[in-house]
Amino acid sequence: MKTYYNPEDLKKFGNITELQKAMGDKFFAYYAEVFKEGALTAREKSLIALAVAHAIQCPYCIDAYTSDTLEKGCDEEQMMEAVHVAAAIRGGASLVHGTQMMNKIKEITM
Amino acid sequence: MKSLKALNHTLSNPEEALEILEEQLPNGKKSFQAHLQTIGLFPLKPTQIEIFQVNLGKMCNQVCKHCHVDAGPDRKEIMTRETMLECLRVITHETSIHTVDLTGGAPEMNPEFRWFVTEIRNARPDISILVRCNLTIILANPKYHDLPDFFKENRVEVVSSLPYFTALRTDSQRGDGVFEKSIEALKRLNAVGYGMEGTGLSLNLVYNPSGAFLPGAQDELEREFKKKLLDKFGVHFNSLFAITNIPISRFLDYLIRSENYESYMEKLIDAFNPSAAAGVMCRNTISIGWDGWLYDCDFNQMLEMKVDEKSSQHISKWDGNALLARDIKVNNHCFGCTAGAGSSCGGATA
Repeated sequence: MKTYYNPEDLKKFGNITELQKAMGDKFFAYYAEVFKEGALTAREKSLIALAVAHAIQCPYCIDAYTSDTLEKGCDEEQMMEAVHVAAAIRGGASLVHGTQMMNKIKEITM
Repeated sequence: MKSLKALNHTLSNPEEALEILEEQLPNGKKSFQAHLQTIGLFPLKPTQIEIFQVNLGKMCNQVCKHCHVDAGPDRKEIMTRETMLECLRVITHETSIHTVDLTGGAPEMNPEFRWFVTEIRNARPDISILVRCNLTIILANPKYHDLPDFFKENRVEVVSSLPYFTALRTDSQRGDGVFEKSIEALKRLNAVGYGMEGTGLSLNLVYNPSGAFLPGAQDELEREFKKKLLDKFGVHFNSLFAITNIPISRFLDYLIRSENYESYMEKLIDAFNPSAAAGVMCRNTISIGWDGWLYDCDFNQMLEMKVDEKSSQHISKWDGNALLARDIKVNNHCFGCTAGAGSSCGGATA
């Protein structure tokens, strides 16, 4: 069955440089720099990436950062808490707009 | 759970395992030998014989899902005192040996274990003696309760597997209740001074991934383990060794059954690190099987790949110079020791 997402395509990520080398190379160099140990540990960055992957619902990123967080020694509880952080921010982002709705209600009702 | 051998499983036959390893490489990937040739390391040669690793037998009180030895209570193969005497002769006279590494199964279950350790210590007061203790053996029977004191008396370094600092991950790999018992055993080792600052009694833990993924950075894992084990359980230890699971025996069976074999091999091969290849443990180690046959490492031992030196394939025929000149036997399982930061019985190598 054909699908828009194929797990095998993740391995081809590097091939994006074939059509635009300069930008692609800069992106991958930047990517590698971002995930190096810095003020945040590589492990902390991996958990952030896992949460963001869920927030943006990228199947490639979810596969990649599930493996990566496991490799970096995170446990299932920590990983699911990261997903809840993503869910809380996404849910909160919807709910906080409730104040805009409330403002409008005030504006147009007696 | 039974051993693969007791189940008459095809993977208990080393020839079957080697056939898979040789013939089922992921598409487009070159063999381990070809990788070594590319970096000028083939044939792989020893640098020295410094670590003398003795497998005291396949008998164990646990049946871990990833075990490369296929050890368990149903395995009865153990080393005799006669073979141990042959080992002692070599340990005494080969001065390049600085470490005797005792492994199994559960080496403590060999009835000659304490005699052997005492004799090694008497023969070579200067060397390190390591025992790969699965921890739960200390609680398995009252006759093992004094093992921490015995280890201390003989200045034995303890190296113990603890795949994770939670019960969920540890028990899924090593069996129900293993985590709780392991923590209790670690506390007993701490109580006699193991892993405690200033005692000189080393207690090192071994982390290996509980599944088809590679271990992360050893120092970062060690920091996390130290914090969690101390905060949650008050347990101390010295160092953490991060070890990659080698695709043989029960772990190979798991990879094939879970359809992770190809992607795992691909990961190992893509992570091939020339520096790790130069530092592989087989270059300064010799591995002795329970029946006295000699191997380049414990993994080759389980694949029954005896050393490639016909004049000295058995401990009774030991010839140190001939062994030092041998070619080390390799196959595609060796990618497990060269991936990323490398892997050995002492953890990362690069």
